[in-house]
Amino acid sequence: MAQVKEYIGKVKPDWCPGCGDFAVLNALQRALADLDIAPHNVQVVSGIGCSSNLPGFINAYGFHGLHGRSLPVATGARLGNHDLTVIATGGDGDGYGIGVGHFVHTCRRNVNMTYIVMDNQVYGLTTGQASPTTEKDIVTKSTPEGTIEIALSPIALALTCGATYVARGFSGDNLHLAQMIKGAIEHKGFALVDVFSPCVTYNKHNTYPWFRERVYKLEDEKHDTADFRLAMEKAFEWGARIPLGLFYKVERPTYEDEEPALRSGTPLAKQPLQRTDLAAIMEDFI
Amino acid sequence: MPSNSNSNHRDVDYVFRVGGEGGEGVISTGEMLTQTLARAGYDIYTFRTYPAEIKGGHANYQVRASGKVLLSYGAAVDVLLAFNQEAYDKHIGDVRAGGVVLYDSDSFTAAARESLIYYPVPLTSLATEKIGVKLTKNIVALGVLGQLFDIPLPTFEHLLKERFGRKGETVVQKNLQALHVGAEYIAHQRKQDAILLGPGPRQTKSLILSGNESLCLGAIAVGCRVYAGYPITPASDIMEFLAKELPKLGGFVVQTEDEIAAIGAVLGASFAGAKAMTATSGPGFSLMTEMMGLGVVAEIPAVIVNVQRVGPSTGMPTKTEQGDLYLACYGGHGNCPRIVMALTSVEDCFYGIMRAFNMAEQFQLPVVVLSDASLGHRKATVPVPDLSRVPVIERRKPSLEELVNYKRYQYTPEHVSPMSVPGVSGGGYIAEGLEHDETGYPAASNHENHLRATNKRYGKFHAVEQMANELTRIYGEPHPEIGIIGWGSTEGVIREAVQLAQEKGYSVGALHPKILYPQPLAKLTEFLQGTKAVIIPEVNYSGQFATLLRKRFAYDFVQLNKCIGLPFTPKEILDKIEEVAAHVHSGRRSSAYAAKL
Ligand SMILES: Cc1ncc(C[n+]2csc(CCOP(=O)(O)OP(=O)(O)O)c2C)c(N)n1
Ligand code: SF4
Ligand SMILES: [Mg+2]
Repeated sequence: MAQVKEYIGKVKPDWCPGCGDFAVLNALQRALADLDIAPHNVQVVSGIGCSSNLPGFINAYGFHGLHGRSLPVATGARLGNHDLTVIATGGDGDGYGIGVGHFVHTCRRNVNMTYIVMDNQVYGLTTGQASPTTEKDIVTKSTPEGTIEIALSPIALALTCGATYVARGFSGDNLHLAQMIKGAIEHKGFALVDVFSPCVTYNKHNTYPWFRERVYKLEDEKHDTADFRLAMEKAFEWGARIPLGLFYKVERPTYEDEEPALRSGTPLAKQPLQRTDLAAIMEDFI
Repeated sequence: MPSNSNSNHRDVDYVFRVGGEGGEGVISTGEMLTQTLARAGYDIYTFRTYPAEIKGGHANYQVRASGKVLLSYGAAVDVLLAFNQEAYDKHIGDVRAGGVVLYDSDSFTAAARESLIYYPVPLTSLATEKIGVKLTKNIVALGVLGQLFDIPLPTFEHLLKERFGRKGETVVQKNLQALHVGAEYIAHQRKQDAILLGPGPRQTKSLILSGNESLCLGAIAVGCRVYAGYPITPASDIMEFLAKELPKLGGFVVQTEDEIAAIGAVLGASFAGAKAMTATSGPGFSLMTEMMGLGVVAEIPAVIVNVQRVGPSTGMPTKTEQGDLYLACYGGHGNCPRIVMALTSVEDCFYGIMRAFNMAEQFQLPVVVLSDASLGHRKATVPVPDLSRVPVIERRKPSLEELVNYKRYQYTPEHVSPMSVPGVSGGGYIAEGLEHDETGYPAASNHENHLRATNKRYGKFHAVEQMANELTRIYGEPHPEIGIIGWGSTEGVIREAVQLAQEKGYSVGALHPKILYPQPLAKLTEFLQGTKAVIIPEVNYSGQFATLLRKRFAYDFVQLNKCIGLPFTPKEILDKIEEVAAHVHSGRRSSAYAAKL
């Protein structure tokens, strides 16, 4: 088994002290160490946001791209080299706001990768505006009278869009979070881990204590992770009791399984470049 | 009875146009005629217009066939085949004096014009009564054309067997029968015209390709194995072609949810080490601009094809324009050097896309390749490609020494750094969209670093500009009195206009670069010296290339803009040359006839 320290990057995280994202970074490093995946075979892709800075703090290959666009890049990287362990990370604004179109279709496509969303229910990097998961009537910088829209349910969205592993973790429970991430990496298919990762600076509502009072683990209640309807029901449980854990898991052929070029053989990126004989194709055009 | 009496088939140069109801086989009739003429040994050049709707509306297909190399779709129509009144009314004005009109007399009766030759043929009833299948009227018509103009019938027969073979022997027989019904019908009529083809002069096999098909073959040849895209006219057939061919070579096509995802997947796949491209048209290209900037800053090889159509917005989806040059060169925010090249002919689509991949790999940045609807969708005879003409270039990889304290964005004399791929131990780095230092770590508050890094990215242009100079073509006189500067798909038509003008005694020459950004400044400077006037023809409204050139040259360029969704004809350019020449010779300043806007 590898050591967690092998996955620690050269740069120290510059998140605010107490930010939930520290725990996510740590849990990811722990999961990778547990699974003994060599750092150079790990590809972490992110968008833009506090949470999207994560690839800079981990020892692996990274791609820090555009706001909302981590999933297409991660998909391309995975399809270009399906030997890589591909992990996309980002925030609720990144994944459920500007990038939600990609989220919907990446679930459906079932590419084998893990998507970790640090869901702090606010736009952290841009200093505190409402996000797609901000609850109704919450005052933020962009909603001085309280938000008008209701919050989106990432778990329910992932379920309806065809994600094959749908889980929720909490930065206040690091070991459990690492377990959820480990399960996601091991899962064959598109895996979402939505993480309550409190923004201690701009979200004064959904705080650590707020979550601690409410969260419970599905595992403790003999939840059936094969039951889609039950998972949907649990996805909308909010308020006094909020579930953590694995909501749903199903085996479905991945995009790689279905795509002949990926099913067999060497990843494209590792195939030697050679001139292609066009003779056979040209026959059609004479 | 026509025979091979046409002693010099090199003199053959005819324009055939087929018009009728969209969805009723007009396009496939045109295609079969084209293929037969090409196989018979002629050079061909097609042009088609089709409605934006799928079924219904007017469609037409034009093919010019010649014993010599063709550079444009020609001018007046020699033979019009009209399936209905609408087609007749729309095109009759384009038929030259003495030209031939062949029409379906079951559909309408033409009010004959004196200067033209008419062959009314009951195409529909011949098809329904003799064959029992109405749609074989198209094949009956081909039989008529073959017999009347001595286009070898066996070549038609061979093609029909190939095309319909998969549908079974009965279908093949019915079509062959239809061909002969047409041929026999017209053989009994008196021949009134002088048009005769016979076998053409070319002996060697050549390919019949559309611009988009040629581009696909080139992409495959240079090693592209990943295509990500979203459907859009007139680029979709690139995705469809590659979806069929790439899997046979171990590659694949991903149809993404939008164009942002398409270029995102291309960057991701290329970052991982595969050769990837996307193709789109204006609306999709607009969506891609933010990602293009990411590709420039993170220094990722990528090929982005834009088969331009009429804009802005949804515009005219099936019509052609050269309206996206500004966007290609300057689209997106920040100081953002990418390479922009334009494809100039069907053959150039093959070699051009190979060069695009090579430049993307060599300079580690996105290369925008501009084509357009007229080029992407026209067919031409192309010599079997010679792969040795363009070598395959790979990106620079880090050596073992460079992997010690690896710096992804290391400053080098040529401004290109070693690029590691995921999976290589010791080569880990972050492809970074934030401004970064040599290692790839963000340096978003380091002011001096931003200048150094920007210099690095623009530094690549020195070598690209050299290539741009080498890839600039000159036609006609190298030091003319009247110069023409064109770009992209207008190359052929400009060449033809230059030839016509030279025949009339004008001192004319044309310069045609393949790389438009950065510009081939040395070649342009040399060309402009000594010219008295320079015309810049563009299929757009505002003169986008002319505007870019004015930034670099204090020269009073004369714009010639066509903005009706159709390509130039040689005559339009020739007329402009003559008009400008008249002004030059009368000593008037060129600004007197500047852009008509
Ligand atoms: C196209 C675009 N629009 C807006 C921004 C500005 N922006 C950067 S991060 C961000 C929101 C970040 O919120 P989230 O994804 O939840 O991440 P967090 O900072 O909360 O972790 C925004 C709006 C941008 N970088 N790009
Ligand atoms: S602003 Fe919020 S999300 Fe961003 S680092 Fe600080 S605590 Fe974390
Ligand atoms: Mg957030």
